[in-house]
Amino acid sequence: MSNTNLVEVQGLRKWFPVQRSFVERLVTRQREFVRAVDGVDFEIRRGEVFGLAGESGSGKTTTGRLLLRLVEPTEGRILFQGIDLASLGDEEMRQMRRHMQAIFQDPYASLNPRMKMGDAIGHSLEIFEIARGVEKRRKVLEMMERVGLTPAPILYDKYPHQLSGGQRQRAVIARALILQPDLVVADEPIAMADVSVRALLLDLMLRLKEEFDLTYLFITHDLATAKYICNRIAVMYLGKIVEMGTLQRVYNNPYHPYTQALLAAVPVPDPKARRKHPMPKGEIPSPINPPPGCRFHPRCPVATEVCAQEDPPLITVEAGHRVACHRIP
Amino acid sequence: MSEPLVSIRNLSVVYNTRAGEVRAVDRVDLDIQPGEVLGLVGESGCGKSTLGMALLRLVRHPGRIAGGEIWFDGKNLLDLDDEEMRLLRGAHISMIFQDPMTSLNPLQRISDHVVETILTHKPEMDEEKARQQAAELIDRLGIMAERLDDYPHQLSGGMRQRVMIGLALALRADLIIADEPTTSLDVIVEAQFLDLLKELQRDFGLTILLITHNIGVVAQLSDRVAVMYAAKLVELADVEDLFGAPLHPYTQALLASVPNIRLVGDTLKIMRGSPPDLIQPPPGCRFHPRCSHAFEPCPFEEPPLTEVRPGRWVACWLHGT
Ligand SMILES: Nc1ncnc2c1ncn2[C@@H]1O[C@H](COP(=O)(O)OP(=O)(O)OP(=O)(O)O)[C@@H](O)[C@H]1O
Ligand SMILES: Nc1ncnc2c1ncn2[C@@H]1O[C@H](COP(=O)(O)OP(=O)(O)OP(=O)(O)O)[C@@H](O)[C@H]1O
Ligand SMILES: [Mg+2]
Ligand SMILES: [Mg+2]
Repeated sequence: MSNTNLVEVQGLRKWFPVQRSFVERLVTRQREFVRAVDGVDFEIRRGEVFGLAGESGSGKTTTGRLLLRLVEPTEGRILFQGIDLASLGDEEMRQMRRHMQAIFQDPYASLNPRMKMGDAIGHSLEIFEIARGVEKRRKVLEMMERVGLTPAPILYDKYPHQLSGGQRQRAVIARALILQPDLVVADEPIAMADVSVRALLLDLMLRLKEEFDLTYLFITHDLATAKYICNRIAVMYLGKIVEMGTLQRVYNNPYHPYTQALLAAVPVPDPKARRKHPMPKGEIPSPINPPPGCRFHPRCPVATEVCAQEDPPLITVEAGHRVACHRIP
Repeated sequence: MSEPLVSIRNLSVVYNTRAGEVRAVDRVDLDIQPGEVLGLVGESGCGKSTLGMALLRLVRHPGRIAGGEIWFDGKNLLDLDDEEMRLLRGAHISMIFQDPMTSLNPLQRISDHVVETILTHKPEMDEEKARQQAAELIDRLGIMAERLDDYPHQLSGGMRQRVMIGLALALRADLIIADEPTTSLDVIVEAQFLDLLKELQRDFGLTILLITHNIGVVAQLSDRVAVMYAAKLVELADVEDLFGAPLHPYTQALLASVPNIRLVGDTLKIMRGSPPDLIQPPPGCRFHPRCSHAFEPCPFEEPPLTEVRPGRWVACWLHGT
């Protein structure tokens, strides 16, 4: 593998068994699965911000959790720094975790309400036996300064409920960065923040990326925000990647009808640019029995016969731009 | 301009909390014109929802309307007794919330919701006729006939919001207050819903107060926009004027911090600081501690909302007065 790829994902699948009631189990023997992630391939290059976009339920979070090995894949491989995560034993995986950290959407839910801010941020230093006591405190205070949690010595002793939403999200960022990871999986990190705070957090994340040489997997359903932070982006629909490429290519020349609709749907803050592009009809079908062929075909304005029968592969249309659509010759 | 449908005068709403009195709406004047979509924007906690609820006199405990007038159909709503207010809410004003489940009866089928609402509006109509009307209405909302007998929880978020707007139509509501109606929806479902709302608004001449923190949604749908900051109305203008040339430094900063997918190579401007505590807001202009244009009068005197050009209102010492 080329050493510019920090992560390589090949044929990744995650099917969750559908919970059934006792009666349902009597009636039918067949087990059903939610095809949360259903065969995705992508790579994340060292130092880039790789965006994963798509509507609710498309499989973004599951993909992120698979990368962190918080859930086991049903199928497929994840290489991190060239190492197949599945080949690692528990202790090796534990050590690997130092290099991959997560920032989740809801800072309130991801912080222990009974832990002081400083202790929460420094917790992993103790777990990985990197620092404790005075040394831990010093490292934590330094990180708090870096993410703008100031005055740090005062905020160190505060509990989550005593902080504002923006401060809590900074704390979550500080906690993710304290181990100096290589990869940060940021799952909707600013979705809960207020409009004015979002720009601040985005700016902070970009600055920290430079400072600490980070690579981000940036998961978002907000394509407008993704524009300001991502270098490359993949668009997911029902567990599959339908289009992937550099941000410029995908935004300026979206090829897949779903990507086109998704980009057009974003409400533009300009009354002179009101949307004319018609929206696809209907809603995303269930991931339990996804449509055969191209999953988007029942809603696609340009679908042909073949779309209902064959699943289009992800094909390179131009250097750095891949699309899964039968319209590609 | 025609007679306003609603005239809000000097309206104040306070919440009594342990920490003190939170003045969530502070001496607000606002007219809503018949047939318009009026967008109401501002940062979280500035008082948008409280203002919307106050129009229905539904401010939740420990809040209360502390003063002012709300004129609707020749009556000051604050003078009505509870029963009169209840009737008025049922017949003239509809509310659509972010989470429609809060206002739909979970045990009632979609069709029954609509039929019941039609019958509320026209008690003399026979039920068969009402069912027929309900079916037509639901079809108009883009909800498939086979969903008529579903219960609310069986519908997706987007479908539920369609039902909510359908109920407002069944009522022939004069005013629809939509508080973050698309905030929990995915972007394509949001766009579909906004298309429907636009179409119905045009066909039925609906009057909508659109409350949202999503500046993009407001730009796409509104005729006029009101901007709130820390419980005060700071700017009010036609949508194109407001976005084209915002006058208040707060509006300018707010708009500059919003991501715009259409622009190429732009950067987001960061708005420094955070909104003030509404128990003890700063004296003078409430925005002055965050304002890069603040000068002598700003920390001392509160700028009144002034009409600087016809239809163009702003509360800032840089403009007018
Ligand atoms: N632990 C689980 N058990 C069963 N199904 C699951 C589980 N986790 C996720 N799913 C299902 O897998 C699909 C993909 O979910 P996922 O959370 O990955 O989507 P997402 O793109 O992150 O959506 P959102 O934008 O709403 O966060 C959904 O249908 C979801 O209901
Ligand atoms: N029940 C309550 N008790 C005490 N204070 C309240 C209550 N409800 C609202 N407030 C306060 O009133 C102010 C205005 O709240 P409101 O919900 O109207 O704001 P908003 O503009 O709708 O915000 P958002 O965008 O978050 O919905 C806030 O400072 C809030 O903390
Ligand atoms: Mg998710
Ligand atoms: Mg609100």
